[in-house]
Amino acid sequence: MPSLDQLRPGQCGRIAALTGNDGLVQRLMEMGLLEGEEVEVLALAPLGDPLEIRLGDSRLSLRRSEAARIHVSLS
Amino acid sequence: MGSDPKRIAALIGNPNTGKTTLFNALSGLRQRVGNYPGVTVETKKGQMCCGGQTFELIDLPGTYSLSPRSPDEMVAVDVILGRQQGEVRPDVVISIVDASNLERNLYLTTQVLELGVPVVVALNMIDVATAQGIRIDTERLSRQLGVPVVAIQANKKKGLEALREAICRAASGAALASQESARGTNAAPLATHRPPFPEVFECAIHQLHRELGEDIPEYLLRRLVLDVGGWTEQRLVAQFGEGIRQKAQEVRQRLAQAGCPVPAVEARARYGWIREVTAGCIQRPAQRAVTWTDRIDRVLTHKVWGTLIFLTLMFLVFQAIFTWARPIMKVISDGKDALAELLRGQLPPGPFTALLLDGVLEGVGAVVVFLPQILILFAFLAVLEDCGYMARAAFLMDKLMARCGLSGKSFIPLLSSMACAVPGILATRVIENRRDRLATILVAPLMSCSARLPVYILLIGTFLTGPGFARWLPGLVMFAMYAIGLVLAPLMALVLKRTLLRGQTPVFVLEMPLYKVPSPRLVLRRMLDSGWAFLRRAGTLILASMVVVWALLYFPRGGGPEQPPYDVRIAAMQKELDDLKEQGRAGGVNSPVNEQGRAEGVNSPVNEQGRAGGVNPPVEPGEQGVSPPRLFYQLLEGKEQQINECIAEWKRQSYLGRMGKAIEPAVRPLGWDWKIGMAALASFPAREVVIGTLGIIYSTGKQDSDEIRNAANVADTLLARRMKEARWDDDPTRPVFTIPTALSLMVFFALCCQCASTLAVIWRETHSWRWPAFTFTYMTVLAYLGALVVYQIGRLLGG
Repeated sequence: MPSLDQLRPGQCGRIAALTGNDGLVQRLMEMGLLEGEEVEVLALAPLGDPLEIRLGDSRLSLRRSEAARIHVSLS
Repeated sequence: MGSDPKRIAALIGNPNTGKTTLFNALSGLRQRVGNYPGVTVETKKGQMCCGGQTFELIDLPGTYSLSPRSPDEMVAVDVILGRQQGEVRPDVVISIVDASNLERNLYLTTQVLELGVPVVVALNMIDVATAQGIRIDTERLSRQLGVPVVAIQANKKKGLEALREAICRAASGAALASQESARGTNAAPLATHRPPFPEVFECAIHQLHRELGEDIPEYLLRRLVLDVGGWTEQRLVAQFGEGIRQKAQEVRQRLAQAGCPVPAVEARARYGWIREVTAGCIQRPAQRAVTWTDRIDRVLTHKVWGTLIFLTLMFLVFQAIFTWARPIMKVISDGKDALAELLRGQLPPGPFTALLLDGVLEGVGAVVVFLPQILILFAFLAVLEDCGYMARAAFLMDKLMARCGLSGKSFIPLLSSMACAVPGILATRVIENRRDRLATILVAPLMSCSARLPVYILLIGTFLTGPGFARWLPGLVMFAMYAIGLVLAPLMALVLKRTLLRGQTPVFVLEMPLYKVPSPRLVLRRMLDSGWAFLRRAGTLILASMVVVWALLYFPRGGGPEQPPYDVRIAAMQKELDDLKEQGRAGGVNSPVNEQGRAEGVNSPVNEQGRAGGVNPPVEPGEQGVSPPRLFYQLLEGKEQQINECIAEWKRQSYLGRMGKAIEPAVRPLGWDWKIGMAALASFPAREVVIGTLGIIYSTGKQDSDEIRNAANVADTLLARRMKEARWDDDPTRPVFTIPTALSLMVFFALCCQCASTLAVIWRETHSWRWPAFTFTYMTVLAYLGALVVYQIGRLLGG
């Protein structure tokens, strides 16, 4: 299953799982990145990192290392 | 009414929800800033009137959740729980939420509901939501949440009356309830509705509650279990010992076995409940409308266009603080000089006048002169922040800054520091992570600021320009001086992040808010707040350091039984000179300045006078063949020179001069004599002061750094000529200033922290003496080593 950082701009996916139980995963979940949510990669920063995603009504920016913790199923 | 204890309301919400706008709208102009020991976040406090009652309104730092991972994040929890020292527990909490992103915003609200304080939800930006086709049934939402919900538009001041009423009612309702419970009657529970957590979790919390005693709020026990390695855990471990960590770990294992692992259990419970609560309250369009933000972001976060626009914007910001501020700064320093001149004529000479004019007035001028840069930078920052661009800037620059252990948010503060570290350090407030912010603050003074420029110009213009030097050399050396900072600041940040400020990489997850038109009122307010805060907190310290250095240069005043003190002698000579010039003017002679002084760029007192054209010179005794006017000029020049020599002698024997001599063994390996050492010491308040001090020591009169900057040919100025002529005291054939010495002095000033204002601002921003002391020490060591290496290598190469 691909992780969110492997998606190209314009690709959508549904979150399947988040790995880990540390502060990072907790913060991601608090921001609404939960299992079952639909996410879309909107853009990449000039050096390819971080990425901008859409989640529901909000836009978030995540680093690749953070996006790698989010596993998605492509839709 | 007067006997009633004052009611307290706290305001909490996610970033970018218009929290500050609401706070300003509710509390008006009278606000003050509160600090707590051990944390860098500040809370603002204001007064709010509603229903004939006065509330104290506390603006808590913006946050997405109340799961504290640092002392800074703990402040909001402690204030609401009434555990923050010096704060009374609030009677009501206002939770502001963004209507266009309701679910995510309600996450924080569900946590606030568990803190046992009445809550009022302020549903802000209802107009933005409506524009997106989102409709919210406020009444139904209020019923489902179990707390009052008021729709408002904080920026248009709509709905504020209803909000005030709701706050008032919630606070009185709670007071009533607590009275009833004190009487033992049936107390109304505060929050009847809250997200249900799995049974296993609730049981475990109850058990912990029994074991640890009733005085720890239940909310903190929940945090203990939910935040792995969080601040609550660290605090409770410090209080109860390691055993508690073990217990928390056991509970987490039990939860995982039951299929509700930490931290997912919390997010699932809360978002699940939010979905239930909002079901039927929110209507969304079937197709998500393409918003302005979508369109703008396509350009502004674009790899090529976004970067180009960003660079253009940054160039503009940099130009503004570097260039636009200069004329205003010039007006301020000219005004200060004019005032000093005016007062000097009115006041009797002596130590008191000198303290007032050369110590205090200079000091006040040195403080106020920063205001243009601070106000301009903060106007830009407030506009960029308020319109939503700041998050995009951080997004674009993050990778670059991540390489030195920082995040994209450090870029603008560091860039601003290339104009001046003071506004740059103030701008680090946008960085939420404490360690990142500290690292940025500590390396910001390494960026080459505009105060270093006159030092570079003087030394490059004097020793590295002219015949025998390649045309491109001055430019290259100047570039190298800027490059030192650009290379060392990121390196130092990396070192700090690996040693002193080591820790987990902070979570970067950044919300990209909707774009909006910035509010002029908010921008103006933020500008004035930052300027005022600088004046009040850092200003006094800068002033004090100026006065101390003044005193070290003024005392001892010399003199003895047969000779009056230096200042008295100088005043007498100055009087003679003025009288002579008066005579000259009466006779219609131009002062020598018109012929020579201007070209020399000397700021002699003669400059301003004796401009009246004319021919008839006063009759003075003269040698044969020398025209009387020429002789008169020579007399004037001689007198002036006498004054400058006397000042130089005075300053050389001052305490600071003695300190310079004392440290000579230490600065000799840098190629400096004691005079340079003394000038470096005297420049503690500000780097550019070194030029003025060099001017005094080399008897050229007071030298202004602006003059060096504006001189057509630096090497022709009197100071430059005197520096070239300077010889070592113990070897009168050896010039003091060689190319390696000039380079070593430049490198020293590129790296040192001879800037009291920077240190004062670091102190003010970190609330600790430790960090400014650390900054000063590491930069001075770095500067010394840098200068040493440059001089020694330069000498080996035969400079």
